[in-house]
Order: sequence, then C-alpha cells, then structure tokens
Amino acid sequence: MGTHQDDTGSKIGMWLFLLSEILLFGGLFILYSSYRYKNPIDFHLAAWELNRVLGTLNTLILITSSLTMALSIFFIQKGNRKLSALLLFVTLFLGGLFLGVKSVEWTAKIGHDLYPNSPRLLGRSGGEILFYGLYYSMTGLHGLHVLVGLLVLSVMLVLILKGKINENRFVPLENTGLYWHLVDMIWIFLFPLFYLIT
Amino acid sequence: MTENGTFEGTHPIANFYQDQGKHRGILAWILSTDHKRIGLLYLLLVLLFFSVAVFFGFLMRLKLMAPGFPLMKPQMYNAIFTLHGIIQIFLVVIPAIPAIFGNFFLPLQIGARDVAFPRLNLLSWWLYISGAIIVFLSLFTGGGPVDTGWTFYAPYSLRTMVNVPLAVFGVFILGLSSILTGINFVTTTHRLRAPGMHWFRLPLFVWGIYSTAWVQILATPVIGITLLLIMLERYLGIGVFDPAKGGDPILYQHLFWIYSHPAVYIMILPAMGVISEVIPVFSRKRIYGYKAIAFSSMAIASVGSLVWGHHMFVSGQSDLASLIFSLLTFLVAVPSAIKVFNWVATLYKGSIELKPPLLFALTFIFLFSIGGLTGLFQGALAVNMHLHDTYWIVGHFHYIIFGGMGFGFLAGLHYWFPKMFGRTYDCKKAVWAWVILFIGFNLLYFPMLILGWEGMPRRYYDYPPQFHTLHLLATIGSWILIAGLIWIFLNLFQGLRKGKEAGGNPWGGTTLEWQTPSPPPMENFERIPVVEKGPYEF
Repeated sequence: MGTHQDDTGSKIGMWLFLLSEILLFGGLFILYSSYRYKNPIDFHLAAWELNRVLGTLNTLILITSSLTMALSIFFIQKGNRKLSALLLFVTLFLGGLFLGVKSVEWTAKIGHDLYPNSPRLLGRSGGEILFYGLYYSMTGLHGLHVLVGLLVLSVMLVLILKGKINENRFVPLENTGLYWHLVDMIWIFLFPLFYLIT
Repeated sequence: MTENGTFEGTHPIANFYQDQGKHRGILAWILSTDHKRIGLLYLLLVLLFFSVAVFFGFLMRLKLMAPGFPLMKPQMYNAIFTLHGIIQIFLVVIPAIPAIFGNFFLPLQIGARDVAFPRLNLLSWWLYISGAIIVFLSLFTGGGPVDTGWTFYAPYSLRTMVNVPLAVFGVFILGLSSILTGINFVTTTHRLRAPGMHWFRLPLFVWGIYSTAWVQILATPVIGITLLLIMLERYLGIGVFDPAKGGDPILYQHLFWIYSHPAVYIMILPAMGVISEVIPVFSRKRIYGYKAIAFSSMAIASVGSLVWGHHMFVSGQSDLASLIFSLLTFLVAVPSAIKVFNWVATLYKGSIELKPPLLFALTFIFLFSIGGLTGLFQGALAVNMHLHDTYWIVGHFHYIIFGGMGFGFLAGLHYWFPKMFGRTYDCKKAVWAWVILFIGFNLLYFPMLILGWEGMPRRYYDYPPQFHTLHLLATIGSWILIAGLIWIFLNLFQGLRKGKEAGGNPWGGTTLEWQTPSPPPMENFERIPVVEKGPYEF
C-alpha cells in the first residue's frame, strides 16, 4: 500500500519471527534435556559414536560464515557493493560446505546402519534410539534452516548485484543476517549437546 | 474524538468494494492485500467450515439420542468427533475473531491504512486455505479420516491405521498461518498507530488482539514442532514419543498442551475485546476500569501460558507439578473476573440500549461465567479425579468456547455488520433468533454438566439407559440451537441484500472505525486522523 518503507517495522517483524523459531527448536531442546536426564548412560554411549572432527569442522565453517555475513552488511552500509557481494558469496559457499560435511556425516552413519528404525538401532536400548531420533530430527531441522538460508542469501546476492540493495536500502540484507546468525547460534548449542558432552 | 476530516470533499469516495486495484473478478479478492478484503475472505471460509463442523456435531448428537441407536459404526463415530474438534478448533475458533475482525478492524481502530505487512497478511490467508484443504484431503486418502480426537495423543496417533500424518501436516500449516498473523498484528500495533493514539488510548479490542497475537507467536511454534515429530515418527519411525523405542507419551502431552492451553486464550481474549467495545457503546458510558481491562488481557495471556499441566492431573505427572498447575489455574481466574466486574460496573447507571450486539455481549458474560466457574471445579485436584474425561469437561469447554468466544463473535458480527457491509439488519428478528439460540444452547450443554457429574465418560459411542433422559434433552437442544443459528445468519444475509443504508456511525460509537464511511474506502481514511481523547468519551 504505502510507498514509504518502515525499516524499524521490518526489523520488529523479523525479531518476532526469530522468537517463534527459538520456540520451535525449544520444544526439541526440552525433549533432549528430559530424555538425557532419564537416560544419561545411553546418551553417553551413543554420543561417543559421533564424529567430533567433522562436528568441530562444521562449527568453524558456520561461525566463519556468520563473520562474512556481518562483514557483507558492514560493507553495504559503507557503500562498497562489490565487496559486500563477494562476502555474501563466501557466506553462501560456507553454508553449502556445511551442508556438504553434514551429508558426509549422515551418509556414514546410515552406512553403519544407524538410522531411524534400522534393525541395528532397534536392537539397542531405548535411550540410544532416542539419542539418534533426536540427533536426526534436530540436525535435520537445522539443516533445513541452513538450506532455506542459502536460498534467501542467493536472492540477496542477486538484489545486491542489481543494485536494489544498496547503501540507502539494506534492511532486507540485515534481516537475512539476523536469520543467518540465529541458525548459527542454534548450531552452537547443538554441537556441544551432541558431540562434546559424552 | 478526531478532527472530522474524513467526510470532507464534495465527491463521494469509492468504498473498498468498488475500488478494485489491478486485478478483476475473483482475483481482485484472492490476490488483494487490503486488510478489509482479507478479513472478509476469512469470514467466508470460517462460516463455511463452521457449518461443516456443526453438521458433524449434529450427527454426533443424533447418534447419542438413545442408547444403542444404530445410526453409525463406532469407527465412524470416532472419526466424526475428531473432525468436529479439529475443524472447530483449528479452522474456526482460533482464526475467527483475530483473522476476521482483527484484520478488518485493527488498522481501522488505530487509524492506519493497513497492517504492517500487507503481503504477508495475504500469505497467511493462503496458508490458511492450504492447511484447510490438506486437512480435508486427509479424510479421503491414506487410511481414511483421523480417529484420535483433536489432541492426536501418542502413542495411539502413532499406531492407528488412519491418515494421521497428513491431517497433522494440515494443522502445522494452519499454525504457520497463525504465527504470521500474530507477527503482523504485534508489529502493526507498535508501528502504525495514528498520531496521538498512545497506548492507553487504544480501544480495548486492540488490547485483546495485541495480547492474543503474542500468544500466537510464542505458543504456536511448540505445537508445530510436536506435530512435526508425529509426522517424522509416522513416516520415518524416529521414535521420540513411542514407548516401545524409549519415548515418553507424557512428554507429548506436555508439549501439546504448552500450545493448546494458551490456544484457549487465543480464542477467548479477542472475544473479551469485542465485549469491551460493545458494552460502553450501548450503555453510553465510558468503560469502567480501562487500564484494569487492558492489563488483565496481558495477565491472562502470560499466566494462561503456564497452566497447561491441569490437563494432565491424571496422566502421571508429579504431585508437586499438579499442585503448582492447580494454583496457577486458580490465579488465572482472577484477571478474567476483573473483566467481568468491570463490564458490569460499566453498565451500572448507563443509559442502556438493548440492541442485538449488547444482547449477545450480555449473554457472553452470563455463559462465560458459567464456563469459568465450572472450570474452577476441574482445577481443584481432588474434584478433577472425579470429573476428568467426563461430559462435565465437554459441557464446560462448550460454555467457554461457544458461550464465550461464539457469542462474542456473534456480538461482534452484529456490532460491526453495518460497518463491514454498509447496511443494517432487522434488529427484531435478530432478538428472536437470539432467544432460540439461547434456549437451544443451554438445553444442549447444561445436561452435559450433569451427565459428567453422574459419571458419563466423554467420547463414548454408547451409554447405559440411566443416562438416556439427559442425552435426549441435549440432542433436542442441538436441534433448537441449529434452528437459532440458521435464523441468525438468514437475518444477516437478508440485511446484506435488502438492508437499509447504515451510514457512517449507526450505533453512535466513538472509536475510529466509526469516523469513516461504511463501508470504508480503500485506504480507510481520506486523511489519517489525529487522536486527542480516549476511546470511550461519550
């Protein structure tokens, strides 16, 4: 309707959306803590099997991508569109790399017959089945969010290259950044919960 | 209350029905980002789904008319009470007042041209209709209609052969629609208030919608993830709630009610907002205790989010947890009672005009009080043991949801009808239709309270002969209630076609929506009003 743009309004909307995202994952974190409390030994044994090297690598990748995302916003505000686009491209690349590593990890697990409802998993104790159930649903839902993030980042990249996002109008990029950082932060909680606490 | 700049100009302004925008025909509606058109689109669908769900309710009551009455098989009965619940809760009651009246009147009442994100608003409607279509598709695909009850309790929902995953996916989409609407309304209230419209000049309906929107944003994602896990379990066997795989069905109940109890407040808070609009207008008096009503909305929204455990007193949660949930349940009655006292105090010494909107509003107070007070019985731990899962519960929540939200909706519909459609309806017929509805309502639901007290369990397909009289009364009540509903909507429909021109302000309302023509022009106000007074200065 109105031709004016309410930047503050857009940001409020984005923060509210992120709040609902936190509650979406919140349900899973409640389940995780409740089941971990009930099955400490099973969770310990199952977590031992996850690949800590790949987990750490992915954490580094995602944190670095948050840095390039923030720098991309910084440079669009300074009016350096080229550098901003380049940094956004690096962010996209790192996000893709994260999903690549993730799929290597999942493939290996599935290759070892450790996937939901697999005969090998069903032969184990309830706590270990729960651990893998939560592992696949939580990292899966997170991966889905990374994928959506990649799509949005690509759109932003096109908009920057076309000049529709520039030093005067960059709220969509800032909002994308907010989303990307949230996805990053959720991983920062997932990583220790699944890979480090054993 | 505003500078009367809205009727200036010698040429008549095109209203939002005439002003079409770039699309024609039906596209001018289903692609419109105008909040008023979107509100009416919701109205159309909600009424459609409502009549389907009422029909299911009618079948259910018919089956229970006499013990052993051979109308349908048990599996069919289970499917019908489930569908009645799913449709009424997720497709009718939750979206009704926020999505219809909230969309139409929130921008008008705060003096804005639209909501904060008009395109997102249209997306919400598309998600709503998509979710509805998916729910209806689930009836005819997979193993057939869902038979779990609207609560989808694990582990039964994980085992039953019917098409649970698709129905659950439909509800997930509906939840997404609800979240986006909530985000839109909170942002709108913060950003688009007209000059001078500070927080304590907001009409109380806006306070109701605003606090509801927060519950929509914060509670809905929790049921979203819960339903997603049900789908993962059904499609991939992920095992999070399945006791055979170490899962805990009680956790399902927790997550389900973390949303679904606050959802009750998504239903009732906007209705309370409507009542707070109607009562001052028809008693020609400033509302008593404005701030108390505004803050009690926020109090209900926050305390109401912490009472979900009272659905689980017999499910095996710890005694301590039950005790705390029981206490909080009693606490949440306090802000609700504050509202009731304030409404009654507003009527005191007012010059009351008993027009249909006020009649429905007063009925709201009466029926909601019965619903609220019967709720306190269930909130008491010892009494709950006796009442849990009986017809008492069914009677109680119909008094709250239908008697409260339903009558609040009808009050709003009769109050804002002239503004939405520019025409009036026959007030006398509306009153007679109300009489029938009121009699039918109480004849249908009051016997349920007694039945439950005597031990009749809910959701049962059949019953022993000692319960026959009360069940028969309830069934007769359902016929009278449906007759009343039909008459109400026929009367409104007649008003729509042949009613007299309403004019800008037929009831003498003081809030901003009455300061613009009926129906309002495309962007609501020719000039954004400047607010200098509170909302109810007569």
